[in-house]
Amino acid sequence: MGYPHKPHPNETVVLSEHFGDAEARSYDGWVQRGGYEALKKALAMEPPAVIDEVKAAGLRGRGGAGFPAGVKWDFMPKKKTQPHYLCCNADESEPGTFKDREIMRWTPHGLIEGCLIAAHAIRAETVYIYIRGEFTEAIAIMERALAEAYDRGALGKRVMGSEVAIDMYVHRGAGAYICGEETALMNSIEGKRGNPRIRPPFPAAVGVFSKPTTINNVETLASVPHILNRGAAWYKSLCLSNPKSTGTKLMSVCGHIAKPGNYEVTMGFPMKDLIYDLCGGMQPGRTLKAVIPGGSSVPVLNREEAEGCVLDYEGCVEKGTMLGSGGMIVFDDSADMVYQMMRIAKFYAHESCAQCTQCREGTGWTVRILQKILAGEGALQDLDLLLDIGEQMTGKTICVLSDSCAAPVGSAIRKFRGEFEAYINGARRPVAVAV
Amino acid sequence: MADRPPVSLTIDGVEVTVPAGTMILEAAKLAGVLVPHYCYHPGLPIAGVCRMCLVEIEGAPKLQIGCATPVAEGQSVLVNRSEEAKRARQGVLEFLLIHHPLDCPICDQAGECELQDYVFQEGQARTRYSPQFPKRFNPVEDFGGDVLYVPNRCILCTRCVRFMDHVADEAVLNVSERGDRAFIGIHPDRELDHPWSGNVVDLCPVGSLISKDFLHKARAWELDKTPSICTGCSQGCNVNLESRSPSVVRVKPRSNLDVNRYFMCDHGRLTYRAMNRGDRIEAPLVSDQGHLMAVDWDHALARAAEVVKAASGRAVALVSPSTSNEALYLLQQVVRSLETTAAFRVERAASEIPLPGVPGLALREERAPNAAGARLLGFSEEFDAAASEVDSAALVIVLGDDLRGLESDALSLAARVIYLGTALPDLARTADVVLPVANTAEEEGTFINCDGRVQRYFQAKPAPGMARPAWWVFAELMHELDIAEPLSGAAEAFEQLAASVPSFEGLSYEVLGLRGAELTAAKTARVGR
Repeated sequence: MGYPHKPHPNETVVLSEHFGDAEARSYDGWVQRGGYEALKKALAMEPPAVIDEVKAAGLRGRGGAGFPAGVKWDFMPKKKTQPHYLCCNADESEPGTFKDREIMRWTPHGLIEGCLIAAHAIRAETVYIYIRGEFTEAIAIMERALAEAYDRGALGKRVMGSEVAIDMYVHRGAGAYICGEETALMNSIEGKRGNPRIRPPFPAAVGVFSKPTTINNVETLASVPHILNRGAAWYKSLCLSNPKSTGTKLMSVCGHIAKPGNYEVTMGFPMKDLIYDLCGGMQPGRTLKAVIPGGSSVPVLNREEAEGCVLDYEGCVEKGTMLGSGGMIVFDDSADMVYQMMRIAKFYAHESCAQCTQCREGTGWTVRILQKILAGEGALQDLDLLLDIGEQMTGKTICVLSDSCAAPVGSAIRKFRGEFEAYINGARRPVAVAV
Repeated sequence: MADRPPVSLTIDGVEVTVPAGTMILEAAKLAGVLVPHYCYHPGLPIAGVCRMCLVEIEGAPKLQIGCATPVAEGQSVLVNRSEEAKRARQGVLEFLLIHHPLDCPICDQAGECELQDYVFQEGQARTRYSPQFPKRFNPVEDFGGDVLYVPNRCILCTRCVRFMDHVADEAVLNVSERGDRAFIGIHPDRELDHPWSGNVVDLCPVGSLISKDFLHKARAWELDKTPSICTGCSQGCNVNLESRSPSVVRVKPRSNLDVNRYFMCDHGRLTYRAMNRGDRIEAPLVSDQGHLMAVDWDHALARAAEVVKAASGRAVALVSPSTSNEALYLLQQVVRSLETTAAFRVERAASEIPLPGVPGLALREERAPNAAGARLLGFSEEFDAAASEVDSAALVIVLGDDLRGLESDALSLAARVIYLGTALPDLARTADVVLPVANTAEEEGTFINCDGRVQRYFQAKPAPGMARPAWWVFAELMHELDIAEPLSGAAEAFEQLAASVPSFEGLSYEVLGLRGAELTAAKTARVGR
């Protein structure tokens, strides 16, 4: 288990090695721990060579979609005719996810180094680190680290004494979930309302300030220095199951679990071992009921599926869900799945940016139906209605917020239908909920 | 567009070829397929938010929005033939209706509402939204200018926001709040008083943004729409006069990509009021011992012919720049045997008010529709000089000018006066003959705009009493004078004009159609601006 406890022997500690080590936060402390070596190495390489190395390592986006990072970098124009931008997505707004916060709190220079290598690879001269506004501590630490990196020549006109010039800014979000969506994030940086943009054009062609842009998650970028230090082959070897999923993944485990926290495991690690071994299992006297493995926006797994699930991109898809951001929410047998789904849907209804009709109206409608069921006034056809609304909300909108509301609700109805029916047929006492 | 390579595709089985980069929704129009949509408007940047225009593209994993998906060679797009797309549209309609009040019976938009139309076309008969759930409620807000916002009817298509942001270049509207609590917000210290802001009412696909001026005046289905040209300035925006006999109740822009695209200014929208004025001359009048007596047209024309025949010496013609080319031309023919001073005057504003998003479109300084036509047909702007010649003139013909600012005895000193107009100013009461003429809404004709474009307008309502189009009056007068045969209609008057004035060469009503055409001269240089 990560900070504040010692790591579990079955964890693969790469990103979280210095979690809890306050000295690693300073420039000198980071250099003493081997920091900025990867950057020097990268600056000595041609940008395409850096991209090839990351491609070869098989690093995939840790923000949720799992898109290969090197391939994404390769989408940037080969011939540079205008400024390029790199945005680091540190919005971490997905409920249940708290890994990027720890990376920024403990290893700010690790993130800066990763950003610099990526910026060199895509030939960006400007980097924005877009941090969720509520992360006041992480923001203060990142800003301190940035100032120090400028002072020490790791940033600015001559990065590490080379000919490469890179500027880096911390941009503070204002509290909207949707600003973690990459195009909404770019609008937010531009000072506009954080609404997702329609694609095409894709960010690599028309991104922030209408310039070619790459957006990567904090964990993705923080992994890059390790790849350069130890080589693509080493990173690729960190794989317990499907060879398409490589490296380590920080799993944020929360909910009804004995020891919640961040756990760094090799891709392909069994979820069962994570829950029962690393996290110490359920709380006393409780049994596992369900798990949402990738932040609140992915389908729910029941106990059987969760215990058989392997933690990598393919393993989760096999069980009908997604690895997502690695924000694992655990429910034990005391959880009321109907209430939980209402609470999740209410979050999405509150955070919908109001652009797409299905999302704007569908999320709120879903909440009201669930509240009606909880109040004991539901009917059986309401469940079919929820599934039908969910289908209308899936795959039809600009971004996936609407899908994210429909996925957990729909999967819970399919897998825990009895709980919904208990409210409907009066077997369960109504719950008072604010409508 | 022209230099982009052609792309061929089929839409609902109809093959079309369009330039590369064309969006599916636009290509579908050419195939005769209407892809239902709300947020898309050809005059605005694409938003892609209403999700109504989802279409099936064979081979694509999911539905795509027609408004923002460019065509691809050989693709097959299904709109009405796709069950999946139809279900998606039904879904959007159901979602839109959960908060939309069904107050169509008291809504101004009813009858021209895109939500009503598409729900009627393929919506579900009943909502599945529980009646026990409250509908979102926000009070009606006065946005200022001519615009009221009824938030309960709003479907958040953001056309109004995009118009103000990108076309009017005055970002006073936004989407406020999030989720299903969202509404259109206005800058707290501003009003929607941009001179072109009335367009948001036309752009609104539902009855959310409505005109205060038109509020509860008429139902959309009672109105007759007549193509016309705005009389507010020399820009010549194409409009429809919407009338419920015998009044024009509103003016709406009519799209013409060469002139006003889809828009018109707020000043132009109010021009209909003058068309309905009540103090009209309804019968020809002739002077009988100093008093004007109502007579029939035969008497009036005979008297007018006498007046013209008796005149020897100098003639003065004072005309309004709101007169049709046909009437101006025929007036010149009536006095062609006399030495004539012909002039007009036009009201000028201090400056023009452009619509930034449409280059070349502005509320022009010259606040009349046909000053260019008057110039071209031999009328000078030396109005004051011409007016000073009135008292020594052998014949004075006034057409439409209200004689404002002339000496009170100016016309009584003139030898002979024929006054043609819609209303009778006091100064004209000393005229020998007063002939009632139709206004722009009551006749057919053409104007020339500031860019030298000749454009037709059509008759929207009957002229009051015995009033007749000015071209008819002059044609009949020439017949009475035995210098011409009567004309069969305005088209024939235009034919004669086109045959004798070189700039009009090759033009006819058929050629002009509903979009107009440039004068031969205007193709190389603008007419007298």
